Amino acid sequence: MYDKGKVLIGLAIFLVLALSVVGYNMTTGDHKKPEPEKPKGYTACVKDTDYMRSSHMVLLNEWRDEVIREGKRGKITTAQGIVVEKSLQNGCMHCHTSKEKFCDTCHVYASVQPYCWDCHLAPVEPTDGKEAQ
Amino acid sequence: MDNRRRKFLKLAGLTAAAGVAVPMLGSRAQAVSGHGAAPAAHGNDGHEAAPTGVRQGLVIDSGKFHDNPGLAEKCQKVCHDYHNVPKFPNSKDEIKWIWTDKFPNVFPDHSHYKKDARLSAMNILALCNHCDNPPCVRACPTGATFKNSDGVVMMDFHRCIGCRFCMAACPYGARSFNWRSPRGSENGKPFIKNYNQEFPSRMRGVVEKCSLCSWRTKQGKDPLCVEEANKGVEGAMVFGDLNDPHSEISQILRQRFTIQRKPSLGTKPSIFYII
Amino acid sequence: MVDKVLKGNGLYWGWLTLLLMIMGAGAIAYLVQFNYGLGATGMSRDVTWGIYISQFTFLVGVAAGGLMLVLPYYLHDYKSFGRITLLGEFMAIAAVIMCLMFIIADLGQPMRAMNVILHPSPNSMLFYDMIVLNGYLFLNVLCGFVVLSSEYRGIKYPNWVKPFIYLSIPWAISIHTVTAFLYCGLPGRHFWLTAVLAPRFLASAFAAGPALLLVIALIMKRTANFDVGQTAKDKLVTIIGYAAIINFFLLGCEVFVGYYSNIPGHMHTLDYLFFGLVDHSTGVMHNNLVPFMRASVAMGILGIIMLFIARRQKSDAMLATSCILIFVAFWIDKGLGLVLGGFVPTPMEHIVEYVPTVVELTVTAGVWSTGFFILTLLYKLVVAVKRDSEANLKVS
Repeated sequence: MYDKGKVLIGLAIFLVLALSVVGYNMTTGDHKKPEPEKPKGYTACVKDTDYMRSSHMVLLNEWRDEVIREGKRGKITTAQGIVVEKSLQNGCMHCHTSKEKFCDTCHVYASVQPYCWDCHLAPVEPTDGKEAQ
Repeated sequence: MDNRRRKFLKLAGLTAAAGVAVPMLGSRAQAVSGHGAAPAAHGNDGHEAAPTGVRQGLVIDSGKFHDNPGLAEKCQKVCHDYHNVPKFPNSKDEIKWIWTDKFPNVFPDHSHYKKDARLSAMNILALCNHCDNPPCVRACPTGATFKNSDGVVMMDFHRCIGCRFCMAACPYGARSFNWRSPRGSENGKPFIKNYNQEFPSRMRGVVEKCSLCSWRTKQGKDPLCVEEANKGVEGAMVFGDLNDPHSEISQILRQRFTIQRKPSLGTKPSIFYII
Repeated sequence: MVDKVLKGNGLYWGWLTLLLMIMGAGAIAYLVQFNYGLGATGMSRDVTWGIYISQFTFLVGVAAGGLMLVLPYYLHDYKSFGRITLLGEFMAIAAVIMCLMFIIADLGQPMRAMNVILHPSPNSMLFYDMIVLNGYLFLNVLCGFVVLSSEYRGIKYPNWVKPFIYLSIPWAISIHTVTAFLYCGLPGRHFWLTAVLAPRFLASAFAAGPALLLVIALIMKRTANFDVGQTAKDKLVTIIGYAAIINFFLLGCEVFVGYYSNIPGHMHTLDYLFFGLVDHSTGVMHNNLVPFMRASVAMGILGIIMLFIARRQKSDAMLATSCILIFVAFWIDKGLGLVLGGFVPTPMEHIVEYVPTVVELTVTAGVWSTGFFILTLLYKLVVAVKRDSEANLKVS
């Protein structure tokens, strides 16, 4: 290999630069765990909390394929006895009435930008009289 | 062919065993279906294949729409309002699920230059034909458009890559593309005036079209346009299962002379017209 | 070996800089389109494919045309093509890359392009187009570079690459056949619904591809002092000339079937392209493409005549002119008329015309520049390696 030394030095510099971002966040970053606001008066979702926290997007994709492709539009009943439509807009968001206080809390923290809301309509957020029209 | 015949015989046997078939109607259905099962002699002259499963379709009574001006527009409005179909100022961006056009435009194969005055003046409702043999589904490279178990040609907006092959393949001009974001606005006028919170909008870069209100028909309701049309004139549109010989739509199709759009292409549309 | 592209004169660097500037403009225009949506182009609900897909179609032809330079050398051991075979393979690489870029530029949701692999749909011709185009790119990159690096080291190319070379020959036919099948399998688009579409695509490709190559070869003779040789040029004239004649023969067949059968659907688009068509619901005459299509036929025929005269008179200037005429004629025919004409009239028998926007044209220019940029680098490499290896041969 030509210029072995130079290549190794270059690689080292690259590694330091790449890792410095992680290091910066570890030492100075704000790690307050996001606290999404759960709907009041409800005790159970369609699946247990751990599953929903880690895999809600998988469930949404499954629902989408079942509803659109297989025509399985049957509803789901939660442990609490609440009947839920297999739908983000007409199911999830009926209990989780605020996208900002629920979805966005974690998504902003984790810097993920799902494209759900490019098409689906989020529930109208209460304006608190700030933007009264 | 053998396979289809066997399937048909099985189905006919099942029907008989269930004791649903009135002898008269049963033999009639057999005659009609038997005809469809041997299409070779007739070429693709619009005969239907042997009935397997559900195949939802429509009969549109164009005369009733002609006698009730404004009814077609009401059907369009109720559809486009519910499904958050945007309205763009530039016609090149146009999106439509259901619309009207003149008879020679909707039925170029059935038109000639000695039309009577009624036919010349007639505006015909046009929408996706939910073909039994849809060229758009054949063309789609991702399965974003497909035929569901009700025989309805559906769109999965999540999967569409926006190649517009389906639009080139559709011989009925039933498909629209989101050339720009439907959520936007121009000169302070939003493209979607009032959002229906129960239905999504679309994003730019995907194709959309009529879904025969599959979300409603699963609950046993008629599609929105059918409901609206029948509010104006009873029987202006009839929705139902074309493969069920006892459905209202099958009975109408047995009694009335109907035509389809461009039957010579072999797409087997599920929308029938009484002129 | 690759470092050869870094040595060049002022003209070379100037040309690359110019291409880079156009590529930059194209990239900016694409960003505009990406942010606004495909509405930034002139395409509409009724003319759903525009200049991107028509360029793609034409360039698949250019890529397939490379075959005509590869086949005689490898299959018939035609030694006079020794200097242009690699040029043909590398032209195919540049052309296929342009094709892929035009497809991406045409997608409404380019970020989801991988859905074609994630949800493979063997019923769709686009699925096969993806396979044959990427396969052809792979084959040409592999064969081209193995053969070139062997030459660089002064040895004959290894035997293991031979099956790939032979495979690339039918593969070239497949890319343009599948591209024709994208169009000719659609019901209700009468202009495309013809069994001679794939043969016509191949005929025009076997003329346009080698014509472009011959022009470039003549330019390189002046700028790089790289002569492909009189025998190779004469042979190319035969290939281009006959392929162009077959294309016009097939076009004549289309015209006969349309007008003699007198079936309106078969005449509408030909009318629209060559004479103009009246929209019966509005009474307006539409004839945007008529001057282009007429010029295309005239240039094509003139090009064929000049081509054979140029060979007889051994005139490079005339040869270049005739090749440019044929290339432009077929570019108009396939790169404009075929795709745009197919959408007229619409399924509802209206006439909607398409005019590309500045954004669209800039993106198109950017993609073409990228293609020429790649082509320039590859040809620079070929010329440098060839010159070295031939000099070594003379010394030894």
